[in-house]
Amino acid sequence: MKVNTAPEIIGKKSFANRLCRDLRINGGLYLLLVPVALFFILFKYKPMGGLIIAFENYSPSKGMLASQFVGLEHFKSFVTNPYFWRLMRNTVVISCSSLIFGFPAPIILALLLNELSNKRFQRGIQLVAYLPHFISMIVICGLITKFTADRGIINDLLSIFGVDRVSYLNYPQYFVPIYVISDIWTGVGWSSIIYFAALTGIDKQLYEAAVIDGANRFKQVIHVTIPGIMPTIVTMLILQIGNLLNLGYEKIILLYNPITYETADVISTYVYRKGILEGSFSFSTAVGLFNSVLNFMLLIIANTVSRKAGEGSLW
Amino acid sequence: MKKTKGEKVFNVFNVLLMLIIALVTLYPFYYVAVASFSRSAEFMMHEGFLFKPLGFTLDAYKVVMRNNKILTGFINTLFLLVVKGSLSMLLTIIGAYVLSKKDAMLVPAAMFLIIVTMFFSGGMIPTYLNVRSFGLDNKIWALVFPTAINTFNLIIMRNAFEAVPKDIDEAASIDGAGCIRTLFMIMIPLVVPTIMVILLYYAVDIWNSWFDAMLYLRKKSLYPLQLVLREILINNNTNGMQGGMASAGGDNETMAESVQYAVMMVATVPILLVYPFLQKYFVNGIMLGAVKG
Repeated sequence: MKVNTAPEIIGKKSFANRLCRDLRINGGLYLLLVPVALFFILFKYKPMGGLIIAFENYSPSKGMLASQFVGLEHFKSFVTNPYFWRLMRNTVVISCSSLIFGFPAPIILALLLNELSNKRFQRGIQLVAYLPHFISMIVICGLITKFTADRGIINDLLSIFGVDRVSYLNYPQYFVPIYVISDIWTGVGWSSIIYFAALTGIDKQLYEAAVIDGANRFKQVIHVTIPGIMPTIVTMLILQIGNLLNLGYEKIILLYNPITYETADVISTYVYRKGILEGSFSFSTAVGLFNSVLNFMLLIIANTVSRKAGEGSLW
Repeated sequence: MKKTKGEKVFNVFNVLLMLIIALVTLYPFYYVAVASFSRSAEFMMHEGFLFKPLGFTLDAYKVVMRNNKILTGFINTLFLLVVKGSLSMLLTIIGAYVLSKKDAMLVPAAMFLIIVTMFFSGGMIPTYLNVRSFGLDNKIWALVFPTAINTFNLIIMRNAFEAVPKDIDEAASIDGAGCIRTLFMIMIPLVVPTIMVILLYYAVDIWNSWFDAMLYLRKKSLYPLQLVLREILINNNTNGMQGGMASAGGDNETMAESVQYAVMMVATVPILLVYPFLQKYFVNGIMLGAVKG
């Protein structure tokens, strides 16, 4: 190997020089990264470029670059669309109900799990609680449709108390509760993992000190446990708010039907119907982009509020 | 430590609550199992909870076995598990290994560009058009390449490689091993637990996914199991709805009901079988992703 001793080169290696050296040493490594880089370019970055059709009248025969440019026209026609407010309302109602009821549930579960003194029982419950996360959405929605049907088990139960049998999925007013409750059923255990881990990381001495100060178990939870997991809670809350409008459309598509569109149709399912089923590619891309931009703004607002309040932030 | 009366009451209440949660979680699966073994006529007449099969029979499973759609769905899903699973694992492991070498000049930039894709994406329609632009429409490869790497899994894997002490890697390269040999002979054996986690995540994902198949595939012979299941479960239900309250219908329909439960069993049991063995790994996995992700 040739050793370069010239002082002027050692002193100020240019970026290009360092890059050349780096390429010589790590060239083989970079070669390994090529397939992965190709994947991200072709399947992640290229579709981002495809967002351009939101501003065009895209026609597949002309291609993305040659299609007619129309500016914000699709955004305007979405905002003035008769369904606009219904879609916005449903998106906000479903996502906010999921947040209000779904966000505290895993925290409460983790706190209660933490209070179990028998560790084997605790692990057993955790094992069971994580399970629904691994079951396919199709099976879960199959269960929901079966159980809420007019001859389903929920009606069987309620009919004991004299409630009339109804097919719940065919009534708009029941869609949001069904969605939120089943979401908690599938996700509560899995989401509790991260809080549970944070709980086990709390310094045991803090509890001992609290006991000496005369705190009972409830007070220990309020003054030691919850402050201990607060950073985790804040981080998860910001992340959830930043994802608020990205509703799980798979589940809605499986559960809704034209009778319940009134409360069940959200922006992402509308994008699916308009784009995939009806082929209005440009319009539906614009609607999707509208949703993403709103969502991103929410993330920034949540992060800023949290930082200003001194509760920590993502960046 | 002495327990106050309030604490004892709370403990009892807490244990009871946990048992109720476990029951609410498990009972639906038990119900499906019991329903699938029940004689369909008796099952249709039944109301309320089921605790044991109503007249044990395997008729529903016989229908499932004879159903060609379910069989091809099963084969297609197995194909995806093997082919896509291998491709995903290979790309993820190799990519993660390279990305764990922070000293290489281009790696931080590459990492940044990869993390960006977790926050920004083209969305449903541009992604769909992109897949079609490669001529993958109506081909099983549409389910393989466009989702071959899961970015979250890639980052978990990278964190695992990063946690391996640098000396090991350096010693190998001083001994003259190239980076591919170092990766496969030395690094991979050190991160087996994480590889198991990633494998589980990919496998469950492949087994459960259906939406992409619905978007890209029109040829029914290519449908994976979940999409076949959807046709049987969801469509059957809407058909029943259109036909009015058809629940008290003839023999065909009552058969269909327990067959539907049997299909749910077929689609769920493989997951239930691997679940207990792998659960000790996946909790570690989610923590790996959370700590440094």
